[in-house]
Amino acid sequence: MSGTQFIFLVTAGVTLAAAVMTVSARKMMHAALWLVLALTGVAVLFALLRSSFFAVVQVLVYIGAIAILIIFSVMLTRRVVQEQRPRVNRLWWVAALLALMLFTGLVATLASWNGLYPTGQAVAGHPEDIGALGLALVDPAGFVIPFEVASLLLLAALVGAVFIALERKGGMQ
Amino acid sequence: MSFWVDPYRFLLEWLRNLLIGWGLPADWAQVVLFFVGAFALGTAALLLVVFLIWLERKVVGRIQDRLGPNRVGPWGIFQTIADIGKIFTKEFITPVGVDWLLYNLAPVLSVGAVLMLWAVIPLTMTLYGVNLNVAVLYIIAVGELGEMAVILAGWGSNNKYAVLAAFRAVAQLISYEVPLIVTLLLPVMFAGSMGLNDIVQAQSVWFIFLAPVTALIFFIVSIAEVGRAPFDLVEAESELVSGFNIEYSGLKFGFFFVADFLHAFTIALLFATLFLGGWRGPGAIQYPVLGFVYLMIKTSVVYFIVILLRASLPRFRIDQMMNLNWKLLTPLSMTMLVLTALLDKLLPSSPLFVRIVGMVVMNVLVLLILNQILKLVENRRPRPVVAPVVRPVARPPQISSVQNGSGTSS
Amino acid sequence: MIPLSWYLIFAALLFCVGLYGVLARRNAIGIMMGVELMLNAVNINLLAFWSYLYADRLNGLVFVAIVFVAAAAEAAVGLALIISAYRRRNTVIAEELTMLKG
Repeated sequence: MSGTQFIFLVTAGVTLAAAVMTVSARKMMHAALWLVLALTGVAVLFALLRSSFFAVVQVLVYIGAIAILIIFSVMLTRRVVQEQRPRVNRLWWVAALLALMLFTGLVATLASWNGLYPTGQAVAGHPEDIGALGLALVDPAGFVIPFEVASLLLLAALVGAVFIALERKGGMQ
Repeated sequence: MSFWVDPYRFLLEWLRNLLIGWGLPADWAQVVLFFVGAFALGTAALLLVVFLIWLERKVVGRIQDRLGPNRVGPWGIFQTIADIGKIFTKEFITPVGVDWLLYNLAPVLSVGAVLMLWAVIPLTMTLYGVNLNVAVLYIIAVGELGEMAVILAGWGSNNKYAVLAAFRAVAQLISYEVPLIVTLLLPVMFAGSMGLNDIVQAQSVWFIFLAPVTALIFFIVSIAEVGRAPFDLVEAESELVSGFNIEYSGLKFGFFFVADFLHAFTIALLFATLFLGGWRGPGAIQYPVLGFVYLMIKTSVVYFIVILLRASLPRFRIDQMMNLNWKLLTPLSMTMLVLTALLDKLLPSSPLFVRIVGMVVMNVLVLLILNQILKLVENRRPRPVVAPVVRPVARPPQISSVQNGSGTSS
Repeated sequence: MIPLSWYLIFAALLFCVGLYGVLARRNAIGIMMGVELMLNAVNINLLAFWSYLYADRLNGLVFVAIVFVAAAAEAAVGLALIISAYRRRNTVIAEELTMLKG
């Protein structure tokens, strides 16, 4: 087993354990922290995939923004968080069964797919080129339309989130 | 290669040869060297704090016409070491009802977030933790780990004042991150790279001359990110019960304390790297060790200004702080980004002089226009009446026969 | 060298854990966390395919960037909705938010 494989296995194990804790922890605050750990593990995997840019962006967007949002929401809905009722609904075993079936299906699909062991390892050696990515995102022949649509989506989300969460002073209860 | 030209490379090669001589494979030697380097850098940074705390107390003391620490050692220089001895012998207090994991994780995370910044800062041309090509993004991402530490400390200590203070602090940090990111874009734009070493190498002209207003905004915003005066709501013991770290004592409080001081020095280091040319200086490329001296001189100047500000400015209220950020710094930084990018394309790049003069003239113009706008806003704003026009005056009871007197009783 | 299949199986596992969280959690914020895990699993898949099969093209990276944007937008709006619901109904338990039930 080589060094990178060892790092992958450790990271994957930690990430999976953290993910399981995220969906099963009793306290929502702890679940949010386990989520942070899982997201960090994913960032490490991105770095292993030779994409240091997305590893950093993962930390920036998921841990810096989304996880803090989630932690804030947990804090703001504190009364519910502290109650001691069951944390999963009645049909949790159906959910587990469905997840297991999906996993089995995915693995079966993977096993029957012949591209699983790629032969073209020559292209897999170099890291990502952020400059080329940036240029492609604003290139009319490249991805300028998805880029603009994404920025529009962000703007809409910004306005929508402010509108929904705004506490209206007086009236409209 | 002689030792005095570049001690870091010299030691590195010596250690590598030593390890390989012991029969270690080359790649494992590299891993060991990484750990040794990280350990050395972290230890050096933490030892620096011992000195910084003494320095700050001494300087602030002098400014306030006091002597500052002067008992332990010459000029009181070992005062901090005595304090460390005290803090280590204090009892580990864990208040009742705290979330144990969160309560103990927060101080560690807070120091770690600052130490992780040191990994990407080039101290000389050859001495840096890693030449990350997305270092600027990394700086922002690591800064957000510090916010996480604040939230965890506030929530974990099971104290409503701590939670409120954590909300306040995180609101401050997240708000000031917006102009921080926008101002960080300018050095990236000038250098054409997000790596800090590339940014330093691109500064044949210091970027502070190309973007003085942006450098000023970055300075203000980074002070707010650190939570230093005049943005030090965390240290307001008398009016805001200190803040998110109220339930901490002893060594755990010491972690936050160390993180605070180290962070202040680190932003001075970052400012010197991004806007003052980093390790650049005469002879720094031939003799990399000189670069370290230059960087430390520049950093010390910036750090001294930070201390000076702390000693001389009163504290902002939270609403004033938010107004300053959202109504002034954020729009101004975005304006500067757009204008500078525009001018950077328009100005010819060949005579460097023209470029600098053009940029400086644009910055001065923006400042003048800003001044006019601020005056207009200030004049149109209705002045709130903060005190009644007729001031209540205490009068001795025996002269109560004088009705509605002129106020000069007795 | 890590085989591509390791990444894919890991991503599948992470996706299924996230799916379980979405289906089984009662707390709406917990459901959001499950969704985040699923999105991350998708991103790992995309980056793994990019890195192993199409490293000479940029499509994979652009796809990942768009997923990031979508995740940020989803989290912002979703959590705003949860906060808003909490303010009106005083609960974030998904089963109890049944105003629209016939």
